[in-house]
Amino acid sequence: MSERPLTRNIRPGEEPPDLAAYVAAGGTAGLRKALGGMSSAAVVAEVTASNLRGRGGAGFPTGKKWGFMPKDDDPRPRYLVANADEMEPGTFKDRLLLEGDPHQLIEGMIIAAYAIGAHAATIFLRAEYSLAARRLTRAIAEARDAGLLGADILGSGFDLDIHLHRSAGRYICGEETALLSALEGGRAIPRAKPPFPAFSGLWGNPTVVNNVETLCNVPHIIQNGAAWFRGLGIGDDAGTKIYGASGRVTRPGAWELPMGTTIRAIVEEHAGGMQDGYELRALLPGGASTDFVPAEKLDTPMDFASMERAGSRLGTGTMIILDQRTCPVAMLRNLEHFFAQESCGWCTPCRDGLPWVERILAAIEAGEGEDGDLDLLAHHVQMLGPGQTFCAHAPGAMEPLRSGLRLFHGDFRRHLDGKRCPWK
Amino acid sequence: MALAAEDVEAISVLAHQSPQPRGAAIEALRLAQRRRGWVDESDLAKIAGLLAMTAAELDAVATFYNLIFRRPVGRHVLLVCDSVSCWMLGGEAVRARLEAWLGIRLGETTPDGRFTLLPIVCLGACDHAPALMVDEELHGDLDAATLDRLLERYR
Repeated sequence: MSERPLTRNIRPGEEPPDLAAYVAAGGTAGLRKALGGMSSAAVVAEVTASNLRGRGGAGFPTGKKWGFMPKDDDPRPRYLVANADEMEPGTFKDRLLLEGDPHQLIEGMIIAAYAIGAHAATIFLRAEYSLAARRLTRAIAEARDAGLLGADILGSGFDLDIHLHRSAGRYICGEETALLSALEGGRAIPRAKPPFPAFSGLWGNPTVVNNVETLCNVPHIIQNGAAWFRGLGIGDDAGTKIYGASGRVTRPGAWELPMGTTIRAIVEEHAGGMQDGYELRALLPGGASTDFVPAEKLDTPMDFASMERAGSRLGTGTMIILDQRTCPVAMLRNLEHFFAQESCGWCTPCRDGLPWVERILAAIEAGEGEDGDLDLLAHHVQMLGPGQTFCAHAPGAMEPLRSGLRLFHGDFRRHLDGKRCPWK
Repeated sequence: MALAAEDVEAISVLAHQSPQPRGAAIEALRLAQRRRGWVDESDLAKIAGLLAMTAAELDAVATFYNLIFRRPVGRHVLLVCDSVSCWMLGGEAVRARLEAWLGIRLGETTPDGRFTLLPIVCLGACDHAPALMVDEELHGDLDAATLDRLLERYR
């Protein structure tokens, strides 16, 4: 059995460990090491050396992100934000960490805040995670009572408080600059980059936004060292990853496995393979905004570089599986409905283009498609792609469409030629 | 129920803690909604005043978010997931059964004011698809039998 640092305390269906149980299980060792003698620069260096990459979907190196914070002579306040706005369709990995071991996130946040010199931190939690909200509220209070939050934490002279912000629901809040707009009490509209949040983030001040799973890795990296963390991964990428599978598999779920575990191992060993009567046709490996991977590529390792070579992205690492009994055109229509609805409306290609894509897909599914529709969809893939829109929302929406048009071309043709959905 | 004195106090504290008062906007709207179920014109104007915003500015914020309601809702809000994993595993059947049981369509409130039925994006419960939330409570692995048992509680 390989090591499972992130989920070792998690017992689904049970209450998470309280602070005493968390400490008894070895928790806060990383925090004590960081605050007990490491400089903030040494913490950043250790995380950089660990090769930890962001677990929210983009995979940006965490230490490098922290390293973009201004030098110490910048007098402005600094902020840390934990991005717990888990709203990517098909993704339910951060829920496991938030509900199952809230003190691990808090410990990771204290260390991260220490590393970047922040004295105020916020957990940006999606509206619907009410159980996580209750457990985090209790854990923050426990940590405060125990002197792990507040002034002079563990006698180190470092001060930090954590605020829990419950969002009011909108997918775009997961985009880090839109998230900052939301925290400032506005519409969650993304901002132009540069300036990046590390230079001008929350209220114009230096800010780091990290995903929940990313932050939960930090205490273990500090406690056990960068080399240990790198050794957890199978291929080029470091650490473990919480992978997930949903769709017609026998046991949908999420599992902490070595980074670089193959798709096949996740689907067949952990998810128990497909249900009787269902065959795996293709999958979205890391949420709705990743390209389809066909069944022929099941032996691809789920790491950043391998998934790119397979024509997709690791994304959130929680895969959505398409079976042969589900119409791929209808699935794309469902996905693009989501993206069209969740467009923030700020830039025209996204606001107008995504509903158009949805309408075309709905027409094709209903047997009312026209000959030029596939070209029109391909045109949208170009016009809503990277560099054409204000943020990554529409380009993300185009990833499953781009690969879907290619992989399911025959199915599209059958809808167009037969004037009906073959699955109905 | 309208915004209570303690809510006004709580919002003022939040506004004071934020570098600018408007930083408390979303939490303030959520507080108001907890009282009334939705945010009416008087709540909106009152909160805007506390946050040094105009009512129109605050309304622009309120209407952006999926779960701030600017129209009356029922005592219970049912949020049925319509995203991809639930859709593949029978989410539309769950919606149809709810519509039939309640006698309303998505986006509507029952005439007795007890229930509002709304679609919601992925609830992050794909390992228990199809899923729905009733107020703050998540229910997964729904089929006709489990859904009927759940609804029985509200009969």
